[in-house]
Amino acid sequence: MKLKSKACAAPYLVWMVAFIVAPLLMVIYFAFTDKNGKFTLDNLSGLSQYAPVFVRSILLAAIATVICLVLAYPLSFMLSRLRANKQRIMLMLVMLPMWMNFLLRTYAWMTLLERNGLINKFFGLFGLGPFNMINTQGAVVLGMVYNYLPYMILPLYTIMVKIDDSLIEAAEDLGAGLFHKVTKVLLPLSLPGITTGITMVFVPSISTFIISRMLGGGSNLLIGDLIELQFLGNSYNYNLGSAMSLVLMVLVLLCMSLTNMMDSESKEGGVL
Amino acid sequence: MKKMGALSRFYMVLIFSFMYMPIAVMAVFSFNQSKSRTLFTGFTLDWYKNLFRNEMILSALGISLLIALVASVIATVLGTMASIGIHSMGRTTRGVIMNISYMPVINPEIITGVSMMLLFVVFKSWMGGKVFGMPTLLIAHITFCVPYVIFNVSPKLRQMDVRMWEAALDLGCTPVQAFFKVVLPEIMPAVLSSFLICLTYSIDDFIISYFTSGTVQTLPIAIYSMTRKKVSPEINALSTIIFVVILSIILIINAKDSHSEKKETVRD
Repeated sequence: MKLKSKACAAPYLVWMVAFIVAPLLMVIYFAFTDKNGKFTLDNLSGLSQYAPVFVRSILLAAIATVICLVLAYPLSFMLSRLRANKQRIMLMLVMLPMWMNFLLRTYAWMTLLERNGLINKFFGLFGLGPFNMINTQGAVVLGMVYNYLPYMILPLYTIMVKIDDSLIEAAEDLGAGLFHKVTKVLLPLSLPGITTGITMVFVPSISTFIISRMLGGGSNLLIGDLIELQFLGNSYNYNLGSAMSLVLMVLVLLCMSLTNMMDSESKEGGVL
Repeated sequence: MKKMGALSRFYMVLIFSFMYMPIAVMAVFSFNQSKSRTLFTGFTLDWYKNLFRNEMILSALGISLLIALVASVIATVLGTMASIGIHSMGRTTRGVIMNISYMPVINPEIITGVSMMLLFVVFKSWMGGKVFGMPTLLIAHITFCVPYVIFNVSPKLRQMDVRMWEAALDLGCTPVQAFFKVVLPEIMPAVLSSFLICLTYSIDDFIISYFTSGTVQTLPIAIYSMTRKKVSPEINALSTIIFVVILSIILIINAKDSHSEKKETVRD
């Protein structure tokens, strides 16, 4: 299986260099040059005027991630303690919406949140509202939570099925209340699932442009919207867009190394 | 721990209704007579009929299926070959290649899309003429599919016993024969499942296609242009159809799985 079979990888290596490495180098090249191809730092320094957008993106994505974690954590635990055949059905139910295109899922909320949409109609029955729900930051967060909740549930569930019931029972026998059972046993053991879930929700949330456009109206732009405007929209400035993409990449890498650090610290802590 | 408290049951119902309510509402209103999205005025199948007469949607569906099929076949072959090649490489080279292959997986989709668009734009400025379209779409889809093939097939290769391959060679197989008679049957399940993963990713992709398609419309891009028009009940019909299709696929797979599991337990 030696030597000759190495050649099998050649077509892919060519492909990889041409369509994975080269495009990323293009982004870097465009980010550091102006329209005439001259070196410049203007694109990156010009980003400071978009600081509010960057802050908003990080904030909304972080809020959505926290909400996903809070909602998914108890659910994943409950799922992991169900009977095996029931677990399977429930898992299917979690994954089913994921298979639908996220445009359709987001569109569904668009109609629900409208000023004369179904939710306001419902509140109207009690003489409440109508509330202004669509085109707000809350709607954007809701869209993120709705779209990416399964990405939080699945890794949490995967790690929780592996946690032995007897560990929790032992803690109980040793006098731990609910609070200590969660903080001393469940949380440390499920940390790898938490960190995976956080990256899987945060990364698509911070880079989305569809959810903010469909649910946030024109006034709640995110980084993704800005980038899209530079490449396909009216702004049309590849160099600036590349600089934004570069910053977004750095943000994502930062988030990943942060969660990785959390992970390795827990390993050093030596749980089990 | 065996019994579920009423509270946890209630919580589960709550989360699942949050996940399914929007889909259910869409399904109900896909049968609505009027264009209203709040008042159900009467039952009709008109939106479904309109959908099947909608040239844009039908051609987009065709393009999506075609791209998915071609991209998945090429990506599977390319990725399987790559896995075999990488398998016999040294630790460091393998690590470098794997890490680069990870890029499209961990990078936000918008970055993958934008970076490929830049490449094609530069290419266009050298070659001139029309570049964006089916070829760029195909290249993009193959690129984001291949890593999944590699990550699926590589572990299977590592599990394989090298002596099987050596035995085949000793018994007079050429390397090519040995590959098709020994290695391929061994890794076939992984190859097939990666092909299916590629198919679903390709059909579902919107963001990367959006930046690399030019004027060609895949199904998600067509859906996007429909959502731009404020009221289009045909989307509800389309969502309902897609949901039913996915549901039946999952049910069939599940039924098959549990069937074969039962068989196995009987055999035991």
